[in-house]
Amino acid sequence: MATDTAGQLRPKRPAPWNDPAVRGIVFQVLFVGAVVAVGAFLVHNTMANLARQNIATGFDFLHREAAFGIGETLIEYSPADTYARAFLVGLTNTLYVSALGVVLATILGTIMGLARLSGNWLIRKLSQVYVETFRNIPLALQLLFWWGMLRWSAPAPRQAWQPLPGLFISNRGVTLPVPQADPVFSWMLIALLAGAVATWGISRWAAARQARTGEQFPAEWAGLGLVVGLPLVVFLAAGAPLHLDMPMLKGFNFSGGTSVSPEFAALLVGLVVYTASFIAEIVRAGILAVSWGQSEAALALGLSNGQRMRLVVLPQALRVIIPPMTSQYLSLTKNSSLAVLIGFPDLVSIANTTMNQTGQAVEGITLIMAVYLTISLMISLAMNIYNRAVALVER
Amino acid sequence: MNRKRWFGGLIGVAVAIAFAGQAQAGPTVDKVKQAGTLVCGVQTGVAGFAQPDSQGKYSGFNVDICRAISAAMFGDPDKVKYVPLTAQQRFTALQSGEVDMLSNNTTWTLQRDTDLGFDFAPIVFYDGQGFMVAKKLGLKSAKELNGATVCVQPGTTTELNLADFFRSNKMEYKPVVIEKLDEVVGAFFSGRCDSFTTDASALVATRAGRAQNPDDWVILPERISKEPLAPVVRHGDNQWHDIVDWVIYAMMDAEERGITSKNVDDMTKSDDPNVKRLLGVTPGMGKSLGLDEKWAYNAIKMVGNYGEIFDKHLGLGSPLKLERGYNNLWTKGGLIYAPPIR
Repeated sequence: MATDTAGQLRPKRPAPWNDPAVRGIVFQVLFVGAVVAVGAFLVHNTMANLARQNIATGFDFLHREAAFGIGETLIEYSPADTYARAFLVGLTNTLYVSALGVVLATILGTIMGLARLSGNWLIRKLSQVYVETFRNIPLALQLLFWWGMLRWSAPAPRQAWQPLPGLFISNRGVTLPVPQADPVFSWMLIALLAGAVATWGISRWAAARQARTGEQFPAEWAGLGLVVGLPLVVFLAAGAPLHLDMPMLKGFNFSGGTSVSPEFAALLVGLVVYTASFIAEIVRAGILAVSWGQSEAALALGLSNGQRMRLVVLPQALRVIIPPMTSQYLSLTKNSSLAVLIGFPDLVSIANTTMNQTGQAVEGITLIMAVYLTISLMISLAMNIYNRAVALVER
Repeated sequence: MNRKRWFGGLIGVAVAIAFAGQAQAGPTVDKVKQAGTLVCGVQTGVAGFAQPDSQGKYSGFNVDICRAISAAMFGDPDKVKYVPLTAQQRFTALQSGEVDMLSNNTTWTLQRDTDLGFDFAPIVFYDGQGFMVAKKLGLKSAKELNGATVCVQPGTTTELNLADFFRSNKMEYKPVVIEKLDEVVGAFFSGRCDSFTTDASALVATRAGRAQNPDDWVILPERISKEPLAPVVRHGDNQWHDIVDWVIYAMMDAEERGITSKNVDDMTKSDDPNVKRLLGVTPGMGKSLGLDEKWAYNAIKMVGNYGEIFDKHLGLGSPLKLERGYNNLWTKGGLIYAPPIR
């Protein structure tokens, strides 16, 4: 009889239109259906309109000859290459300037953020002026400013400034000598990697020993010695084979060496200075978020100021710093598309030219969006992994 | 132009193409007549061809083409809205229906005629691409430009011809590619590039209009391409294409027959049957085009014949002082030739 009672107590199944579970599923299906339908309508209508206006569609154009020149390339490119290759050139340029920008902006931003907390009045105020100036001027203006500065203040190549032998500064950019390739360089790279691995091992060993015995070992200095010293030893052992490829003024411009164009320099400086002003505030906020009690405790334990910062404050501050830092990295990468303003051939600039020569704007924009989405998601993913590593571990 | 606006523009185009109904992109003639204004895409500012004055009022050779069409359709040359477009914006603006036609020194090419979905009106200016350099470089020929840095606008035939020219002459160059005309010209005059390349007429206009001292700059003698410049309309809109074509032909024909904005009223009394047909004294031509019979009369009276607008904006009556050259009438050794209006 007990089972009967239980059966009566169980609520009767409501009619489907009153059942929250059924209704939930129905609404979700309807919503997804509507989104898909609108999407399908847009795609279909676009295709129909393009076809009616006789505009070419599809990605076949990527295999056609691009026939336009690109000023700065990290990979081999000539006008005889395909549009796909040109896109790749733009993509590498975008990634290059973004990666350099992220690293430099982090360094500059951290320094400026720490400077804002400095006990020195002058340093504190200078850093505040920096942050308030560059954070509040539109980036596009800053880029044009840097670019104009580089173009107008530097002399023509024939009258280039030469602060050091082989280093030329002109309105064509900065030209500097580079070492000529030598087989020893690859051995030096191997030595560098070996040094890095050894450093990692030593720091693990030092941490374990300290945990066991309390004895400290200057693992940082040992690591620095290994990373710098090993390649240097290899270099000297091979007889220091350094041959510089010196830039020479030939015809219109310098040949030989390597050069940094005013466009690239302006873009990099603009992105770094602008983004670092935000990062400085993030770093400052992160450090202030660690309560003073932590510092007092560290001081009471007899830690030095450097150790207090490195071992107590920064690890806790990072938890606050990382998430907003991720969005700064994302916006730096996306802001690099402002390169079109000053003529640096980034992905958007090359896609623009391609769209104009082929008339395939929809495909071009699709490619740009897909690429930026991919880059952004990768940055987010990497930063989330790092964030998880530094996040507070709760037990 | 900031990034937001720029990107917004592109998205706008994509959305416009995505949402555009069948009716919107239908006959442009109906749309223009209904709106009472012609929307004309012009350059952002090239002396002689299309340039806004201090009040923002556009004038120039290309602007007068739009004004002539407005005069033929509405009996008023000023029912035109001018949309300034960069080289990169112009094609999407026409494709998406933002403008009714382009009158902005666009070079007629096969790909633009086919892949981009356009049709070209008659060639209004025969041009060729040239190079401008600083006089102090002492260059005599474009063949001496090996290793040069060259400023160029993206999305133009110029950019492609430049690559072709250096490839075929086995020379190296470094392009500096900037979209905005102001910026690219500024970069050249500040010494960022050794040379600036575009259509020779635009080089002359740039030198006259933007160089601090025009005598410091020379245009090298080579013309490395054919640049037939023509107004552009969307493919498949035949009635609209006809109107644009024949208004331009009427202006050329008027010059050939000696009809000017000054004497057009006297010419209506002419006994020449060709003149009578052109000016609508003998009716029929306007009806065939779907316009008022005074279409050509209005265009000539209010704007002028081909030679008049050339002289006023580009020729000896202007700061540019361009020779007629190829742009003279076929009867005077040029290439300007209109089919019979009958």
